Amino acid sequence: MKILIVEDEPKTGDYLKQGLTEAGFVTDLVRDGVEGRHQALTQDYDLVVLDVMLPGLDGWQVLREIRAAGHHMPVLFLTARDQVEDRVKGLESGADDYLLKPFAFAELLARVRTLLRRGKVVDAERLHAADMDLDLLRRRVTRGGRRIDLTAKEFALLELLLRRQGEVLPRSLIASHVWDMNFDSDTNVIEVAVRRLRAKIDDGFEPKLIRTVRGMGYVLDAGGAA
Amino acid sequence: MRPRASITMHLTLLFAAASAVVLIGLGVLVGQRVETHFEQQDLTELTGKLELVRHRLARVRAPDELRDAPSSLADALVGHHDLAVRVIAPDGRELFASGHADFPAAMLARAAGETPIKPFVWQHDDRSYRGIAAVAATGIPGQPPATVLLALDIEHHLSFMSAFHRSLALAIASGIALTALLGWAVARHGLAPMRAMARVTQDISASRLGERLPLSAVPAELVDLASALNGMLARLEASFQRLSDFSSDLAHELRTPISNLRTQTEVAVSQVRSADEYREVLYSNLEEYEQLARMITDMLFLAQADHGLMVPRRQSVDLAAEVRALFAFYDAYAEERGVGLALSGVGGIQGDPLMMRRALGNLLSNAIRHTARGGTVQVRIATRPGGETEICVENPGIAIPADHLERVFERFHRVDPSRQKTSDGVGLGLAITKSIVQAHGATIRATCADGLTRFEIMFCPAAAGGPAREFNPGPKDEPLSAPDDVGAGSLHLLRRDRPDCVR
Repeated sequence: MKILIVEDEPKTGDYLKQGLTEAGFVTDLVRDGVEGRHQALTQDYDLVVLDVMLPGLDGWQVLREIRAAGHHMPVLFLTARDQVEDRVKGLESGADDYLLKPFAFAELLARVRTLLRRGKVVDAERLHAADMDLDLLRRRVTRGGRRIDLTAKEFALLELLLRRQGEVLPRSLIASHVWDMNFDSDTNVIEVAVRRLRAKIDDGFEPKLIRTVRGMGYVLDAGGAA
Repeated sequence: MRPRASITMHLTLLFAAASAVVLIGLGVLVGQRVETHFEQQDLTELTGKLELVRHRLARVRAPDELRDAPSSLADALVGHHDLAVRVIAPDGRELFASGHADFPAAMLARAAGETPIKPFVWQHDDRSYRGIAAVAATGIPGQPPATVLLALDIEHHLSFMSAFHRSLALAIASGIALTALLGWAVARHGLAPMRAMARVTQDISASRLGERLPLSAVPAELVDLASALNGMLARLEASFQRLSDFSSDLAHELRTPISNLRTQTEVAVSQVRSADEYREVLYSNLEEYEQLARMITDMLFLAQADHGLMVPRRQSVDLAAEVRALFAFYDAYAEERGVGLALSGVGGIQGDPLMMRRALGNLLSNAIRHTARGGTVQVRIATRPGGETEICVENPGIAIPADHLERVFERFHRVDPSRQKTSDGVGLGLAITKSIVQAHGATIRATCADGLTRFEIMFCPAAAGGPAREFNPGPKDEPLSAPDDVGAGSLHLLRRDRPDCVR
């Protein structure tokens, strides 16, 4: 998977490149809009991470020209401006998603993976991790052959973690996907919910599947290694 | 550039214009009266002489007596140097002539039959004359009347009139000038209180917003203006104070996490440590960064609201459904703290569902946080008879002093100032709730009575009117097959589709 990063802020650009490279992507980093357009139009990318405020040519124009040239790869916008018209403008220009600065890298990574996965989802009937089995049709969870009773929300949370095995899921993403709460809650609601789920599926079992990544979020990992 | 309008100049010009109108009008009237008076005087004299001539001619009884008529007339008119007389006999002969006036021919034609007699005015040899023409019957039976022409030299009248006009114009002009000058002085004096107000206002600066215009020293007409200005100052002072508190709070809130980050990092790099120790420092930093990032995001949200950039969408919001969704979210958290959640009533409004969810979410988490184990957070939705929709979040809690109740919506405000930042947040939640409520044209207030803390949101009838379904209190923990009552969200326009969530 090849990703183009167009970001003029030096530190942000560097850490985006490092983070995405370490997450297993092939990345190219350019620092201005003109070069960004050139790269996007001449090379084959699976996704573009595009800053809005760019020297030379701003993100909107780069995006319009990419779309005008007939490229349909997903584009993730990074914007420091928190304004409604920005969202509308982004939507009209054909952006697929956007993140407001400051954002957590885990959140960006989760969004990137979501965008890359789009349209390629194979609707599985069952999800597995280690000796845990989640039956989507009968909405049943077993571990080591033993049936585990979960509430609807716990089931949804486990399903999300299972579908995104190995990915660190930020709290905000979990709140948004499981409860449709699209604001940063100022309480440790997610922590409590995950702790309860963990008590049900990990207590008394080995390996421990759900892991807390401090300051970032939660990950379900069959390897279980820290 | 157009010169700035000055009230003093304006008033001065108005005074001058008003006095000009009055004085000129008066001058014209006086001039006309004097002239008419002279005219009347002349006419009286001329008719007097005419009667004299008529009297003499009437005494002529026979045609041969006409020969003596000139000397008789000359006797009668003796001593009148300004007078010119011509008497023309019925046969066209000039019977008598005295004086130098050259009577215009038109007068002769008009002599017969005109009553009252209209005077003629003409000029001859640089002198002006006023004259009349009339007929005079002789005493000779059967003879037609003679024609009498009389004229007065009015040159002295005219020269008097022009001198009179000159001095009158001069008097009027100086009168106008004097009134303008007086008007200017009066206007300046009258506007003195305005200048005094300006002086006081000039002294007001950001550091002296406490200054007020003294109402007692201000004339009645300016009291409204002065109290309006004072009101503006009071509002400015309050906003300024809030802003200034906010900046210092902000600096304070940022100082703690940043000094933690700095100290921690400084200590960590002061000597070589194991990878685990470094990782620990980075994780700890990460937690602080998360807190900072959240604070900044919340502040941006509030700044947007302050600038009126937050425009809520208007669609039907089922308040009970929103509260149920929030209950589902906070359920585990509340249960762990031993706090119950209860909802009663239904109601709908027109508004932005996502913003309302956030506003109510902040209220709920605040209520849960401040409820002791065993307590219940009660949410009540009701429609008032007037059409207002009301939603209130109520929790048992410690009594909050009245002055704190007013301030709970302020940024970074904490009821207990000694309580430092915890995982519970930075104290912006209620401020955000208030911003959202206000953006919806609704009001929110906090009350505290009988050991209950209440937050009440009141939507005016215009904002109310969403769906109002009956609330069916189902089992708290829904069975697995229950439909997800929290449907796909729509907060982010660009995050509509989530294939990873589709089953």
